Amino acid sequence: MTAIEILGFEKTYSVGFWRKKQKCALKPLHLQVQEGEIFGFLGPNGAGKTTTLKMLMGLVFPTAGTARILGMQLDDPRMKAQIGFLPEQPYFYDYLTARELLEYYGQLSGMPARSGHGRVNETLERVGLSHASDVQLRKFSKGMLQRVGIAQAILHDPKIVFFDEPMSGLDPMGRREVRDLMAQLKRDGKTVFFSTHILSDAESLCDRVAIIHRGELRGVGAVADLTSSVQGKVEIVWQGTVAPAGMKAWGVDFHVTGKTVRCVVTEDQQDAAIEMLRRDRLRLISVIPVRTSLEDYFVSKLKTGKMEAHAGVGS
Amino acid sequence: MNSNPMNFRIAHIATNTFREAVRDHVLYNLIAFALLMSGAAILVGQISFGIERLVVINLGLASVSLFGTVIAIFIGIGLVSKEIDKRTLYTMLTHPVRRWEFIVGKFVGLSGTLVVNTFFMAIGVFAALLYVSRHFQKADVWVLVALYFIILQFLIITALALLFSSFSSPLLSAVFAFSLFIIGSFSEDLRGFAAMTNGLARWITTGAAYLVPNFSALNVISSVAHQQPVAGHLILYNTAYALLYTTMAISGAVLIFERRNLK
Repeated sequence: MTAIEILGFEKTYSVGFWRKKQKCALKPLHLQVQEGEIFGFLGPNGAGKTTTLKMLMGLVFPTAGTARILGMQLDDPRMKAQIGFLPEQPYFYDYLTARELLEYYGQLSGMPARSGHGRVNETLERVGLSHASDVQLRKFSKGMLQRVGIAQAILHDPKIVFFDEPMSGLDPMGRREVRDLMAQLKRDGKTVFFSTHILSDAESLCDRVAIIHRGELRGVGAVADLTSSVQGKVEIVWQGTVAPAGMKAWGVDFHVTGKTVRCVVTEDQQDAAIEMLRRDRLRLISVIPVRTSLEDYFVSKLKTGKMEAHAGVGS
Repeated sequence: MNSNPMNFRIAHIATNTFREAVRDHVLYNLIAFALLMSGAAILVGQISFGIERLVVINLGLASVSLFGTVIAIFIGIGLVSKEIDKRTLYTMLTHPVRRWEFIVGKFVGLSGTLVVNTFFMAIGVFAALLYVSRHFQKADVWVLVALYFIILQFLIITALALLFSSFSSPLLSAVFAFSLFIIGSFSEDLRGFAAMTNGLARWITTGAAYLVPNFSALNVISSVAHQQPVAGHLILYNTAYALLYTTMAISGAVLIFERRNLK
């Protein structure tokens, strides 16, 4: 079932003193996210990720287009009871403690007071804030506020969680915990939609990603498909510190690390290279096809500006 | 997840607004008020003869009005804009809360704060009154009516501050709200002036006189201090007027806020 369906979202702002100039923040965007998947919304800063998320959350109104979440309109309170949202660099009522804030948001989400108390404790534990639950938020560090933000987003056990740059402001351990939490949400059957410009996070977590640049969707597809495109090259690694003379004649670069040598050759040269290594009695360690990383794909999409959808894509 | 009735959500938002005011030490103004009333009662008892009650009621009610107006404007203008600037609205409105519920909840919360504040100030006024005259008089009941009118005035000012806060910066909102408060305090004079003009000027001044809040009608401090009773129809008229004006201002704030992009 489709969890999120964006149907031609478009956003144009009027700028300038007389508001006569038009600035396009988002060109018509069509996107579908299926239930139970982790979907990464990738793009450099200013690409339109946050604008899209804000429109999905009903904070900013689209100039054109619409969207449905779990088949419901964006202003439907029943839909809002089933989503959680972590904004980028979240701020909260700093006169409240973490516990009070969660209890407040729990009340707004319709959580009964009795079960709500237990759920608040459980959520604080889950994001690693049990020790600071009764400290006012004005005394929290940026990383702790991020955890509070995650806590309020998952407190009411929503079906879909939206995270805007969830790793922002977190130390390496915190980032790992958030990655684990997102993976756990997926195991619990939740849908996770998150924006990021940290590609390693997206590559390790996402089932599918969309790439957006200058307000335009540049590519969308399953991470496995995007990163499995063989470039027609193989990486060969062998034991030793020298390369066969025949391979040197190909003009390829050799990287010597300790007692291993690594080089990249074309698939046409692969058999000849292995034969040369065998002849020179150099021990072959591995031959691995070179795959396109998500970063390669990302960079190519930003440069080409051409929309591309891969197999299995819902858009 | 249980469904949460709309009136519960408004109550939760109102309670949190009240809690914010308390934790931001807004009620500390009561200390200044208590000091003012104590000082006035002692001083008046020493320097005046026969007019102690008049002075205490005038000074007390005027202070209640001034302190509350300042709180209503300075907190009211930040009710929406501060939430947008601090981005606390982003998480609030992604919970099952409608925008109009947020506005109404904020209004109820600040109004509640002002009512509590006024309640404690009223105790101060009556304590000072008891101190200077040693006993209460039957006419003192009209002081309660004057306090009720002051609360009605706070409702209008809070609603106006909220209205301005929904579309302009805190500074401009403060300027607008204070200006309306001052003009509204002289609205009877404005109506009198309108009656003296002719033609287009008459239309414009009459329109302006009826558009600004009529705080003159809500101000019975002087007559109450002179132990004059307040007419029953005035209580009814002022109540209806304040509720209507407040509803219109809140409706305006809701209409604007419903369409506002939270960048």
